[in-house]
Amino acid sequence: MNLALLLLSSNTLVHLSAVDLAIIVFYFALVLGIGLYLKGQANTGEDFFMAGREMTAWVAGLAFLSANLGSLELMGWAGNSYKYGILAAHWYWIGAIPSMLFLALVMMPFYYVCKTHSVPGYLKLRFGKGAQAISSISFAFMTVLMSGINMYAMAVVMRVVLGWDLNVSILVSSLTVAAYVALGGLRSAIFNEVLQFFLIWAGALLIPILGLIEAGGWTGLQAKILQNLTEQHVANPGSYTHLWSTLGSFGSNPMGINWAGIVFGLGAVIAMGYWTTDFLVVQRVLSAKDLRSAELAPIIGAAFKMCVPFIVILPGLLGLALLRDPQGHLLRLVPADVAWSASGQAQGLHGYDEVLPLMLARYCGPGLLGLGITALIAGFMSGMAGNVSAFTTVWTYDIYATLINPKVSDETKVKMGRWVTVIGVIISIGTAYLVMQAQSIMDYVQALFSFFIAPLFGTVILGMLWKRATPAGGWTGLLAGTLSSVGMYTWVKIDPNAVRYVALSMDAQDQAQNMFRALWSCLICMIVTIVVSYMTKPKPDSELKDVVYGLTPIPKTENVSWFHSPIFWAVVVAVIFVILQIIFW
Amino acid sequence: MKSGSHLSIWFFTRICLGVNGLLIFITGIYEIANPPANKVALYDLHANVWWGGVLLVLGLIYSLRFSPAQERKRMAGKS
Repeated sequence: MNLALLLLSSNTLVHLSAVDLAIIVFYFALVLGIGLYLKGQANTGEDFFMAGREMTAWVAGLAFLSANLGSLELMGWAGNSYKYGILAAHWYWIGAIPSMLFLALVMMPFYYVCKTHSVPGYLKLRFGKGAQAISSISFAFMTVLMSGINMYAMAVVMRVVLGWDLNVSILVSSLTVAAYVALGGLRSAIFNEVLQFFLIWAGALLIPILGLIEAGGWTGLQAKILQNLTEQHVANPGSYTHLWSTLGSFGSNPMGINWAGIVFGLGAVIAMGYWTTDFLVVQRVLSAKDLRSAELAPIIGAAFKMCVPFIVILPGLLGLALLRDPQGHLLRLVPADVAWSASGQAQGLHGYDEVLPLMLARYCGPGLLGLGITALIAGFMSGMAGNVSAFTTVWTYDIYATLINPKVSDETKVKMGRWVTVIGVIISIGTAYLVMQAQSIMDYVQALFSFFIAPLFGTVILGMLWKRATPAGGWTGLLAGTLSSVGMYTWVKIDPNAVRYVALSMDAQDQAQNMFRALWSCLICMIVTIVVSYMTKPKPDSELKDVVYGLTPIPKTENVSWFHSPIFWAVVVAVIFVILQIIFW
Repeated sequence: MKSGSHLSIWFFTRICLGVNGLLIFITGIYEIANPPANKVALYDLHANVWWGGVLLVLGLIYSLRFSPAQERKRMAGKS
């Protein structure tokens, strides 16, 4: 049976034309072609796992951002903006920009000077094998789980929107990712991520442009949202288009969060943890050719990250204002479990996460539709390739070469890298089918960050800035932070009233709970690290050279004009960030 | 920008933008001549014509700026 016939069925949201299919097939051919072309340039461990450390600032910066632009990110946050309004933009602004600039100017010199292959690798240098083992095993577990969840989310949308068979979507997309990453290693993943970055923008940018034309600009959009939500008797309808002014109390905004949760839970812990210690993104920057490029890469990423709400958050808001059913009534999207239940499907309901494909179908005819669908597939592939290449590096360097066979040769590492890429994809496929059996696992994605990433940030930042932190303090703090986060999560699941203690208010929704849980687990990690460190013997200064501030000579970046200086561009990005907060206050 | 290979990433980007732009632009022109029965919202703006055109022009600009010949010249100039 030919692929097109296998993929298509009659009951779908949109129908692809021949030109749409041609665009999608061309994309698959191009990414595989890149993998084949780069195969001969991944012969050493440094080539395969670190892309030869020769990427320019632009390439590393775009890959840094693109690895984060997975399909869950695109469709999930568009859905969240439909559900929570413009508050979702906090995850792109205060939840990203300050931490990306902090990575560039403060943390990147350390990662770069110590020449680590991974974040767990840094923990080994600073705290020894205990902290490295906890961090690498939890990271490996998280990446394959995230990869599988991404894959499943994508396949479900392809089924709902296009009627594609779930199994075919999962197999074709994941095997393509496995092929190009196994062939060309991190360089191939990065090349494809840059390509995917352009495709995502080319495919998604038209929706907000046409949407704003139809809504009558930002003012018209605000008025339509207010009118629609008032008609539907939604609480606090005005709060859907304001970023900060409704965060004075938990009950006055749709997320049930206050400014402290956003600033400290999201901005200071979750975002700092994700953007500075999650190896999925940090690996891209470590591939930069010199320190100035490594510092500029996150700043370039931050500049584009500030623009992503235009293609992700705005379509969600436009959905609130413009989406109507075929009879002309306002279309109200519902939670995914309701939409995908048998009764939901019978009533033709759509989930929050379908808002982006719905807007795509609203404006995009033949050709543009194919490009939009390709953008979603590209988002899935860049997210999955990021997870798989990071998993491969952490497995090879931090688990196999450290805990199992320390004498492994460079040649064996490359061979293992290729095989582990394929195995990582196979495990991810298994995870996708596991998610299919227990759909509530989808809700746990953000919770995973609070379990693993928030405490990790506490450990890394204390390790970098405080020379008194000891190996015992490092690993016990990391373990205590992770266990306390899992404990708080379990407590709320067993006794929902515990939300008043964990998230300080019974109004706190899932996202608000994640923010506060992350904040507490990071604080617990830091307190335990400090207490245990004072009770144990510190390492001598000579062993902390190149891993702790004050004991590490930071190399001066080459003598460049102010216009090429990372600090200048960091200030520019910071000023634009502040202006955006004021405009959408 | 070389990024450690004979062909730069921008070479693949221009192919991608140019081919997609051309396909979408031609489809848009065809749609003007043969309007579809089920039209998308704001069909009259003919987004596929101008958006396809924008992508095609971007692809062409990249082609001129990052052609393999230009890349070789730039690398020779650096060394």
